[in-house]
Amino acid sequence: MIRFEEVSKLYATQQRPALSDVSLEIERGEFVFLIGQSGSGKSTFLRLVLKEEKPSNGRIHVAGKDLGRLSNWKIPHWRRQIGTVFQDFRLLPNKTVYQNVAFALEVIGKPRSVIRRVVPGVLELVGLEGKEDRLPNELSGGEQQRVAVARAFANQPVLLIADEPTGNLDPATSVGIMKLLDRINRTGTTVIMATHDQGIVDQMRKRVIELEYGELVRDQDRGVYGYRH
Amino acid sequence: MRIRFVMQEIGIGLRRNLTMTVAVIVSVAVSLTLFGLALLIRAQVNQMKDYWFDKIEVSIFLCNDNSAQSLSCDGAVTPDQRAAIRDDLNKLKPDWVKEWYFENQQQAYENAVVYFKDSSIADFLVPEQLQESYRVKLTDPRRYLEVAGQFDGRPGVAAVEDQRKILKPFFTVLGTLRNGALGMAVVMLFVAVLLIGNTMRVAAFSRRRETGIMRLVGASNFYIQLPFLLEGAVAGLIGAGLASFMVVLAKTVGIDQHLARNFTLTPFIGWDAVISTMWTLLIFGTTMSVVASFVTLRKYLRV
Repeated sequence: MIRFEEVSKLYATQQRPALSDVSLEIERGEFVFLIGQSGSGKSTFLRLVLKEEKPSNGRIHVAGKDLGRLSNWKIPHWRRQIGTVFQDFRLLPNKTVYQNVAFALEVIGKPRSVIRRVVPGVLELVGLEGKEDRLPNELSGGEQQRVAVARAFANQPVLLIADEPTGNLDPATSVGIMKLLDRINRTGTTVIMATHDQGIVDQMRKRVIELEYGELVRDQDRGVYGYRH
Repeated sequence: MRIRFVMQEIGIGLRRNLTMTVAVIVSVAVSLTLFGLALLIRAQVNQMKDYWFDKIEVSIFLCNDNSAQSLSCDGAVTPDQRAAIRDDLNKLKPDWVKEWYFENQQQAYENAVVYFKDSSIADFLVPEQLQESYRVKLTDPRRYLEVAGQFDGRPGVAAVEDQRKILKPFFTVLGTLRNGALGMAVVMLFVAVLLIGNTMRVAAFSRRRETGIMRLVGASNFYIQLPFLLEGAVAGLIGAGLASFMVVLAKTVGIDQHLARNFTLTPFIGWDAVISTMWTLLIFGTTMSVVASFVTLRKYLRV
């Protein structure tokens, strides 16, 4: 699903590379935690996967495409198979729960009949049935993140990228979101989640990839947060 | 393509930036009004040229007994010289000369008496003082110099005159008016383009949340930019519509009610010129807005 071959990223304004010589492979259907301190290169890694940045060196394959050879006008279509969830939810405040999810399908040109069928299903999956007409500011943080997950999942992505999805949530609510991501993973969707949340990583016992100063320092199956090699 | 969705987005966008939208519409309207007036003046000038050039003629004045005004005159024109000119004029038909007629001294006298009827000059005129002339209508009045060159300075020819020069000051004034309107239109168009660019920048910024999500879920660039471009198009179209209205006012009030009543000697442009000007304004205004929007958006909305 994702393959990094000796990937480095050096930002023009910085001396130290944000990512240096990272090689790894993530298979279809995996659930991977991406951990590391702030500035360790997690965000750069995710931005490279989304092709929001180009690597300075190395090759990246995502969802069957060599990103270096993916022309600009093809990016939007390619991105439709990737769902994204962020720490700050990124919902549209003037749209209802239903409209927020429908928006993601409308802007990629899905017909209304499809939207009417799909949206209620995803909202039920994330446990928001009955709250379709609420506005984001009428929801709790956990519920808002569920809307964001529903939006990311609405188009049946093969890959879900979650950048600290529980960063703004309390532990109990976080567990609910993790259960949701786990359930999505079980449908066959590959999930990469960047996180600082030690409890969650320890509890889930999934593959852990750790970055430190831009270097890959750990890649461990069924890992925990604090392990040092 | 979800048309209703796109229309909804345009409405939201135009309302959200209402003051900027109004500024864009007004500046587009003003610039295109000036542009439209320049086009109308040009049409008027062309019309007048067609009208007048069809009427005016080139006069070849021949020498008379007391012709001292021209170097080529050595006493009055001889019958041979007169006949030579006539033959040459006939040779120039029909490529250069459309038609010609001869005006003798008696006819010249009669015309002069009519012309000077309120003046005492008429009392002193005698036919012998006046010059015989060939009055020549050209096939293409603009080629006056080439025709005049063949007769000017010939034995027996006192002077060759082009009546066009009487109209010259008039055309100069109209030309200046047209250039002035065009110049101001260019300046205002420049202002309008800058305003459109700025409006799009503000619009892109105020909708960065939406466009950010659209980008993430894989909406195409075209789909992301379309509402902005259509917003630009709608604003440009409204501005151009107002300018077209001003052009219609210029025709009904300016020309039909004032100019045409006070200056009956020349014809004025009709509705066909006004309508073609309106089309030009509508197409040009809309295209300009869309292009200005597109160029700005390429900078502010990227993949």
